[in-house]
Amino acid sequence: MIQRETLTINMGPQHPSTHGVLRLVLELEGEVVVSCRPVIGYLHTGIEKEMEHRTYHQNITLVDRIEYLSSYHEEFAYCLAVEKLLGIEVPKRAQYIRVILAELNRISSHLVWLGTSALDLNVTSLLMYCFRDREEILELSEMVSGQRMMPGYFRIGGVQQDLPEEFFPRVRRFLDEFPRRLDEYEVLLTDNLVWRQRNEGVAVLRREDALRYGVTGPVLRASGVPYDVRKAFPYSSYEDFEFDIPVGEHGDAYDRYRVRMEEMRQARRIVLQALDRLPDGPVLVEDRKVALPPRRELVRSMEAVIHQFKLVSEGIHPPKGEVYAAVESPRGEKGYYLVSDGSNRPVRVRVRSPSFSNLQALPVMVQGGMLADVVVAIASIDIVLGDVDR
Amino acid sequence: MAREADLSPVQAFLQERLGEGVLEVHRFRGDATVLVQPDRLLEALSAVKEDPWRFEMLTDLTAWDRYPTEPRFEVVYHLLSLSRRERLRLKTRVPSSDPVLPTAIPLFAGANWFEREVWDLFGIRFAGHPDLTRILLPDDWEGHPLRRDYPLTEEPVEFRGYTPKVPSQTIPHVPPHRREDP
Amino acid sequence: MARVDLDAEAEGLRRNVLTTTVDRMLAWARSSSVWPVQFGLACCAIEMIATTTSKFDIARFGMEAFRASPRQSDLMIVAGRVSQKMAPVLRHIYEQMLEPKWVIAMGDCASCGGVYNNYALVQGVDKVVPVDVYVAGCPPRPEALLYGLMKLQEKIREQGKLGTLRRAASVRVG
Repeated sequence: MIQRETLTINMGPQHPSTHGVLRLVLELEGEVVVSCRPVIGYLHTGIEKEMEHRTYHQNITLVDRIEYLSSYHEEFAYCLAVEKLLGIEVPKRAQYIRVILAELNRISSHLVWLGTSALDLNVTSLLMYCFRDREEILELSEMVSGQRMMPGYFRIGGVQQDLPEEFFPRVRRFLDEFPRRLDEYEVLLTDNLVWRQRNEGVAVLRREDALRYGVTGPVLRASGVPYDVRKAFPYSSYEDFEFDIPVGEHGDAYDRYRVRMEEMRQARRIVLQALDRLPDGPVLVEDRKVALPPRRELVRSMEAVIHQFKLVSEGIHPPKGEVYAAVESPRGEKGYYLVSDGSNRPVRVRVRSPSFSNLQALPVMVQGGMLADVVVAIASIDIVLGDVDR
Repeated sequence: MAREADLSPVQAFLQERLGEGVLEVHRFRGDATVLVQPDRLLEALSAVKEDPWRFEMLTDLTAWDRYPTEPRFEVVYHLLSLSRRERLRLKTRVPSSDPVLPTAIPLFAGANWFEREVWDLFGIRFAGHPDLTRILLPDDWEGHPLRRDYPLTEEPVEFRGYTPKVPSQTIPHVPPHRREDP
Repeated sequence: MARVDLDAEAEGLRRNVLTTTVDRMLAWARSSSVWPVQFGLACCAIEMIATTTSKFDIARFGMEAFRASPRQSDLMIVAGRVSQKMAPVLRHIYEQMLEPKWVIAMGDCASCGGVYNNYALVQGVDKVVPVDVYVAGCPPRPEALLYGLMKLQEKIREQGKLGTLRRAASVRVG
């Protein structure tokens, strides 16, 4: 009598290829994965509960740290939700600035993905190149907001301050050189036999499964669904810009790679258009019940002092209600569901995290594949565990 | 919650289809919301999932605690129709004495982890869920943290001779304003 | 018998031969090739990876070999917030490391809980493992992490001078 047994192994939470503290309980038959059960929660920070005890402005600091690779998108989504709740309109210049920074953040997040995914497949030098490019974007971020990561730059009603003069020549220089660098990386990977064999047909997610699991972002687009929040529900002047949405066909890791590489080029395209057409004007809404008055007004106007005092000691008081606002983060649809009861603290802040939904589709992707393909699958979904666990 | 005119077609459809099952319907800042009875929830979800509404994707399933108002928990389903580019919010309320809802997994497979998270953080059970265990917190955790009566569990900072305020009290909670939304 | 010029001999010896204690030799060797274990948890991990890349180059300190296995490493850089679920895992990994071992708490969350003060996080990783160097920042710049690493190297060399190296190695942990 021959008995067959499957081998259950544990991958993580401390593992070089899980891109964070993710634990996978894999059931293997030889090298073939029979089932995969992700165990998450190793980075659960209680941010949603923490946000219920802080004012709306204080929460901007907390939301930065959820999806830490794309902090600008987090702030973007949160500020959009609060502005929707308040019913205020952000000045046009601030909208364009937000778009510029968000798209630069998309490029830097995809560069991290490219570097770390390539590292998983042992293309070790690409990590250095991608992070070299990312350093330039981080320096731009530092120029604008003072911080490389976790900028805390967006405010409810606009952005904290205008872009400095040094920003423009620097960003144009970066964007001029960037396509050539992307071409270099594509030459290394796109037609590389080893890269293709390890990525084509691996971690396939069919269109129906993607829709069933609520998958969004490049993973959904690689499976053939042309859904992008920037095109479907345009926010913050995205309708002013011309850009394409790359859509894949097979839903495998190779298509996801192609989609993200093309997204970086399209992001560059959007930034160039926004820089060319950047309108003049204020960068923060003028409503003194929402945004702090500029410093020079405090010397002259008693009312400004009172507004400043009220805003700093209490915060804003949005009307009672609930809203949902979403942006297209590098990983998918990042949404914020805010419930307010009229006081200065939110009643509930729910972060709709794209990585949480995308990770739920992982068992479907790796079933029947080899163990080595699990690494490729995790890398191609591009999860950020801070976003999964919050 | 402020009321605005012009309910969306899907809201009107649900009102007609479920009749007494729809408790509240409104639009606020462009978001269409429908509040249904818990026993009519699955019916509402499957009704909007098919043609011509085609809300194929469940983007979010969450809850919030209305303590001390009863029914205590409001469970919120965010639906998305990719082809028609429309969003819908379906809500239902469950009391604290018996927080149970039927699972939405037969309709949307993605509800699996969402429901586990709601169970983990709020204690709302989903009947028929294949594996309703904790997902974000350790398996032996007691309590459901996102409930309003669960304390934030702040640790006081160690200072000698002076006890500073805990961080959540540095800016105090100001109760709701009387200002109504016009 | 030829006369030996003692002064010149002494001078020659001083120039060509280095005398030291065994402890200092060990300390110099240990501090020059500290191998960290890959323990990036959250946002600080990204800055830790940035420290290993070409702009900040941790390799000039001999630390570019981030080992996946704790059995092969000396240093644990706890980069990121430690949740209640992760704390036992952290302790487990720490105990698997061989003596001598050091811990750097990188970032505010690992040092003291950081921006967060709630049910889910351990307020400072020093509640779980003994920490040698705290690097503040949210996240600390790569230069700050490098400064922290240099401080650790100083600490290791100091232990060599004080002769506490081998005594520390004989202390059982846990």
